[in-house]
This record gives sequence, C-alpha cells and structure tokens, in this order.
Amino acid sequence: MSVLELQEVDVFYGDFQALFKVSFKVEEGQTFACIGANGGGKSTLLRTIAGLQRPSSGQIFFHGEPVDKHPAHDRVGMGIALVPEGRRVFPSLTVFENLQIGAYGGRKGDWNTDSVMELFPLLKPLVKRQASSLSGGEQQALAIGRALMANPHLLLLDEVSLGLAPVVIKRIYEAMVHLVDTGTTILVVEQDVQHVLTVADHVACFLEGRISLEGKPSDLSSEAITAAYFGM
Amino acid sequence: MSAQDFSVARSTRMHRYVLIMGVLIVAALASFPFWAQVSFLRTMVTFFTLVALAQMWNLLGGYAGMISVGQQAYLGLGAYGLWLMGDVFHIHPFVSVILAGGLALLVALPVAPLIFRLRGGYFAIGTWVVAEVVRLVVANIQATGGGSGKTVISAARLPIDTRINGTYLLALFVAVGSILLVYFLLRSRLGLALTAIRDNELAAQSSGVNIFRSKLYVYLISAFGCGVVGAVVAMNLLRIQPAAAFSINWTAYALFIVVIGGFGSIEGPIIGAVIYFTLLQSLSQYGTTYMLLLGVIAVAMATKAPRGIWGIVTKRWNVHLFPVRRRLVLEEPPEPQGTTGAGAAGPVAEAS
Amino acid sequence: MDWANVAIQGILLGGLYALFATGLALVFGVMRMVNLAHGDLGILAAFVALFLVQSFHIGVLWSGLLTIVIMFVVGYLLQRGLLNFTLGSDDTRPIVVTFGLSIIIQNGLIMWFSADSQGLDAGKIENISIRISDKLSIGWFPLLVFITSIVVIALLQTFLNRTKLGRAFRATSDDREAAELMGINNRHIYGLAMAIALAIVALAGILLAVRTTFDPTQGPFRLIYAFEAVIMGGMGSIWGTLIGGIVLGLSQTLGSQAFGSGWGLLVGHLVFLTVLAVRPSGFFAKTVTA
Repeated sequence: MSVLELQEVDVFYGDFQALFKVSFKVEEGQTFACIGANGGGKSTLLRTIAGLQRPSSGQIFFHGEPVDKHPAHDRVGMGIALVPEGRRVFPSLTVFENLQIGAYGGRKGDWNTDSVMELFPLLKPLVKRQASSLSGGEQQALAIGRALMANPHLLLLDEVSLGLAPVVIKRIYEAMVHLVDTGTTILVVEQDVQHVLTVADHVACFLEGRISLEGKPSDLSSEAITAAYFGM
Repeated sequence: MSAQDFSVARSTRMHRYVLIMGVLIVAALASFPFWAQVSFLRTMVTFFTLVALAQMWNLLGGYAGMISVGQQAYLGLGAYGLWLMGDVFHIHPFVSVILAGGLALLVALPVAPLIFRLRGGYFAIGTWVVAEVVRLVVANIQATGGGSGKTVISAARLPIDTRINGTYLLALFVAVGSILLVYFLLRSRLGLALTAIRDNELAAQSSGVNIFRSKLYVYLISAFGCGVVGAVVAMNLLRIQPAAAFSINWTAYALFIVVIGGFGSIEGPIIGAVIYFTLLQSLSQYGTTYMLLLGVIAVAMATKAPRGIWGIVTKRWNVHLFPVRRRLVLEEPPEPQGTTGAGAAGPVAEAS
Repeated sequence: MDWANVAIQGILLGGLYALFATGLALVFGVMRMVNLAHGDLGILAAFVALFLVQSFHIGVLWSGLLTIVIMFVVGYLLQRGLLNFTLGSDDTRPIVVTFGLSIIIQNGLIMWFSADSQGLDAGKIENISIRISDKLSIGWFPLLVFITSIVVIALLQTFLNRTKLGRAFRATSDDREAAELMGINNRHIYGLAMAIALAIVALAGILLAVRTTFDPTQGPFRLIYAFEAVIMGGMGSIWGTLIGGIVLGLSQTLGSQAFGSGWGLLVGHLVFLTVLAVRPSGFFAKTVTA
C-alpha cells in the first residue's frame, strides 16, 4: 500500500485554480521530489496534503485511508508533518519551546529534543534563545527539527533550501538522507533541481498546476527535465 | 488583450431611471410641509437624521474599515454647536446647523491623528473614550449648563411654522446631502483609494495611496456630517442634555441600521433606516425589548449575512442603484480559455 | 481626605482595573480580537452571582466561585458557537458582533433585573480596615482585591510560560497556521482563551459588585477602563496591564481630590490620551504578544 496517494485533485484559491487533476503515489521509504518553477502549484500541493487547503474535487489517501475529512491539526496526529515555506518558526518562543510544541500531538516515536539536536548540532547552543533571533539556516534546521518532533511517517518539506548558504543546504540534505534511513517517507518540493535530484528516488515536475513529467531521476535526461520545468 | 478592447463603465440605463425616481421621491418629500401634520413632520425629521447618521457611520466603518463607537462625540458637539452659534453668537439657527458641523470637524482634527494610532477594535474603543471626554467636559462646565443642559432659545423663538417646516426641509436636505456626499466621494479619487485600502492596505500603500490622508479625510467628513445631524436633532427637540446628546445609543442606532441594511453600500443605510424606523414606530413602547431584538438581529446579520439585506439583494439580482462601482466592460467576449481559470471572472469584472 | 490615603486608594483601585483588563489583553493576544462586550460580561457575572445568592441562599463566596465556573463555560461556548465564525476575512465583523452582544447583555439585564442599582453583600469584610496612622488607613477589601489581581496575573503568566497548553496559546498567537501544523486546534485554543478571559472578568465583576453598587449599564465603562489599562501598560504585556491599571486608578482618585469629584474620570481619560500621544506603545511594549 502507498503511503500517500492523490487522485485527480483540483485546488482553487477563489477563482484561481492552482492544481488541475493531480494524481500520484508516494511509496513507503521513498524520497519523492516535486520540482518546478515558481507558481507551478507545488506549495499548494503540500498545503493541501497537510490539510491547510481543501481540494474542490479529488481525493487524498494516507495509508489507504481518505484524509479529506480531517483538519490540519488532526493530520499531524495521523503522521503527516509539514515544514512550511518560509520556515514559520514561532518567533516569541525559545528554540526549546519550538521543539516542545512540535511534540504537541503526542505521537510516539524515536524523535525527541535530544535526537533532534543530535541531527542538528547547531541548535544545541541555541536552546534558550528566542527563535526570532536565529539566522535563516538555524531557523530552517529548527523548523525541520520541530516537524520531526511530531514523529511523522510522512514528512513534507517545502523549499527548505531557499535563501540558505550552500553549506547549510548541504547539511540539510545530509540530514534528509539520514531521515530516510530511519524509515521516514519524504515528499520534498524544490525549485533548485540539482540538489534535490541527488537524494530523490522519484521526481515529478510541476508546470502551471499540472504534472508535466514524472519518473526516476536516472530514467530522465536533463534535457527532458529542463523542458518539463520551463514548459518547452 | 489590447488597450482598446475594453472601457471602464459605471452608469447603465437603469441608473437613469433610479435618478428620475430619486428626484421624484425627494420632490414628493419636499412637498410634505404643505399638507402633512406637524407631528408627522417631526417624526420624519427623526427618520432623516437617522439616514444621514447611518450614511456617515457607514462611510467610516463600511468603506474605510474604521468601526467607530464614538460618533456621538460629534453628534453631541453639533447639538451644542447649534446652541453656541445661535444663542451665544446670535447667528440664525438654520445657518448655525452648518456651522455646528464645522465645530465638530474642528474638534475631530486633533483627535484623528491620536486615535489613528489604534487599530481595529482598539480604535473603536478609542473613539468611545473621546466621546466620554467630550461628554464629561460639557457636563462639568457651568457655561454649557452642566448635566442638566441647555434649551436652544434662538431656535425656540423662531415662528413655529418657520421652525417646523424649516427643520423638516433642513433634515431632508441633510439626508439627501449625506447620500450624495457619500456617492460623489466614492466616485472621486478618495473613493478609489478607500477601495484599495479596504482590499489590501499594504498593496495600496505601495501603489502610492496615502493611507493616513485618505482615512483622515473620511474621518473629518464623517465628524462634520455627524455634527450637522446633531444640530438638526437639537433643532427638532430644542433641548440638549449631555447624557442624551453624547449617548452611545446613537452609535447603536447607526450600527444596527447599517448592519441590517447593508454594510459598505449606499443603499444599505437607507433600507436599514426604513426597517429600523418602521419597527421603532410599532415597538417603541417596548424600549429594552426592542434594543435587545435589534442586537440579536445585528449579531445574526453580521455572522450570516455580513453585507446586510442589500448585500443579499445585489448577490441575487446583481443590481446597483448607485453606480459607484467601476465595471470593466470588454468590447468583445474573450476567447474561450478552457481550463486556465483566468476566464472565470466572466466578461464583466467588478472592482468594488 | 488626605493625599496619601487617596493615592493608596487609587493604587488599590488600579488592581481592580487590571483584573478587568487581563482577559481583554489575553483574548487580543491570542486571537487579535477585541471583545467590546468584555465589560458587560463582567457585569453579567455580577448579576449571575447576585441571582445565585438570592435564589439558593448561598454565601457570596460560593456563589462567586460557581459564577466563575459558569462564565468559564459560557466563554468557551460563546467563542466556539459564535465568535470563531466572525474571525478571519473581515476584521470589522468581530467588532460589530461583540458590540451587538454588549447591547444584548445590557438590555437583557435591564429586562430581567430592572435598571436599578444592586449590591452584593459580602459581610463585614467590606467595612474593616487596617489603621496605619490617624490619617492613614487601608481597607481590607480593596487590599484583598489588589492582592487577588496580582495573584491572578502571576498565575496566568505562569500558565502561559510554563505549561504545554500555555505554549500552545503563545504559538497560536505567533502564527495560527503554523500552530495547526503542530496539531494545535486553534478553535479549541480560542475557546479556552475566551473561557479563561471570562472567568477572570467574572471574578473582577464580582469583586466590583461587593466593593460598590452596580447596574446593567456599567459594562461599557468597565470596558473603557480596561482598554485604557491595556494600552497604557503596553499591548501584549500582562504585567503591563497592572501598571496601566494603577496609573489609571491613581489619575482618577488624585484627579477627583484635586479638581472635585466630577473631574476624576476626565483626568483619567486625559492621562490615557497623553500616554497615547507620547508613548503609543505603552509602558511595557512588546513586539510579540501573548
């Protein structure tokens, strides 16, 4: 059974349609990458899976169960965690409190503040600091760590490399590989194709709300990806 | 789409009929003093003042997004302004009515920058504080008669026919004037600015709209209008007391009328005033029950139909009696755009 | 009356104002909503307590505790059943709805209890005082009110800072949507915030009712004083509301002493407006609220 399955999902923002009949499956232990230019509907896709956005038609299944009836705060308890675009750490809370809030749903698992700080050692000296005082890279590590505290089965990552220094991006992608080893399934959205193709074992390219190309990275030529990315 | 394929239109043929009907109604109302009873005229004065008050409150709350629960400050100032101009400076009461509005505007000028520091609900309570300050000052000063108030002698001494008919026509003028004022304001650059601010304050600011100035103008105009309304009320009653003149009930009436009739439309306050007034005539002996009922209706309306009765009407039949909206009319229907969604708005897109 | 006496009274009165203000600040902090019926709900609580005393012949203490529980439940239901639906798209809606509520409560109370002034009799504690010198004495009850307000504010602050639920309050305040992604149901959090706010304002209303007479039309004034305490204290700082309340209480009592009884309230408002003009972010401004 697939961890996640989308069947012909349509999503609107008012009159504007962001996703058109999107269907795909994410399998257990996979790192599934959605790439594409800005405005392709990738963030909307993740928001919809996390429950922040409602599809106007189509269905989403998590472990074979439809999740459409569940609001976002329920889906965390079911095992879906989203690291949102722009990190969205809680600025007035300390780093430690941000991590504690991540465990609010109370799902059992291997992740706790200690193991998160082992994964991101840079957070260790910062635990008492207010999250608003952190650098972009530190905030991103915190946002990922916070999502892990929920012990998700499916981790959704939205543009985690955006605006970060190359060293930090490298560290985050290393962490991603580690996560897969621990049995987490990952759905990652990126504009930056190069990095994500090194970790992904399945890729879907989004163009204007539709999947324009899908397959294993090894099966796809870079020309085909470029063409799908820019719609040529 | 090239530039010449569309035009910005506001009037339709229906609006010409509305204009003719409006003129006929006003002319009919203006003829009342020649045949109607005095008590009826006085009742109608109350109705007209409510229309004007609701228009002024709606201009502030419905169009500029500034909910005030303190417009009674300017209403009361207008009432006392009538007394000040008429009895102290011996200006003819009918002229004093307009000057009283000026007095309210003068007070509003320093108040505005101060309370503009507050937003949303805190702005609302801030306006209330201002009204309390004005009330307490007036009630504590001996010159204004303290808590027991004043009689407007200059108005009381007018020949009774002149006073009754004059007040009636003045009130009619003020009601019609308030409607036209809001109408022309909304069609002006200021109206465009308000629409932009209401839709997205940040975007409006970055496209060059001076938010502070737009809000200031609206606030001052509303203060002036409320002042004139207060002066007309005082002309009608001849007696002014701080507790009544600065009563929060004025705001409650205005809010009920606007919320029931239609928040953010010109038609709404008129419809709301008619409903409010009809109910008032039949239920006024049950004062508290009536207010309670209005409160329940207002809460229900604001939750279920935030654009009031007129909002329901426009949604259902797409009618607008006052052409304040700018419609983008495409000369040719656009090519079918399939599923890209851009065509969903149809051939007539409205900015309102 | 002696100035020192007046000043002490003003400070103690500030405690009561702060108690009225705390719930207003909490609700604004968590959901950016200003409840215009806040003062009326405090007065409603006073009437509920009075009703319980009269109908069941219980003491003010038990009636008060019961009323606080009732208002806690009322707050939760009010938020989840009505006010949550006004939040979101248009920020004028909660203002209109809570103003409507204010009118409903006032007129409902007049219908039920008449517009007459009422009192809640707590026995002899109302009249005993500590004598410090011939001219200086402190009433036990005003002191008790002041201490109560400090205890309530300290408890609330501890709740927000140290408990899991308190963290959820602050997270929701910072970023509602991100909080949902943590599994926090914001509608439930908003309900609890309103429940706590009304429990505290119920306590304030009952203490007010014991301290002085009350009638159905007093709610708006309570709201205005609470608001002035919140803004002067600095939006988002709960301890700030205590300072704001004290400044307001002092201004009113000293104003009355200096210019006559009619002017005290006016002096209070003018001090508020001056603070707004000179220091619009209040004494204890915080950029982040809760």
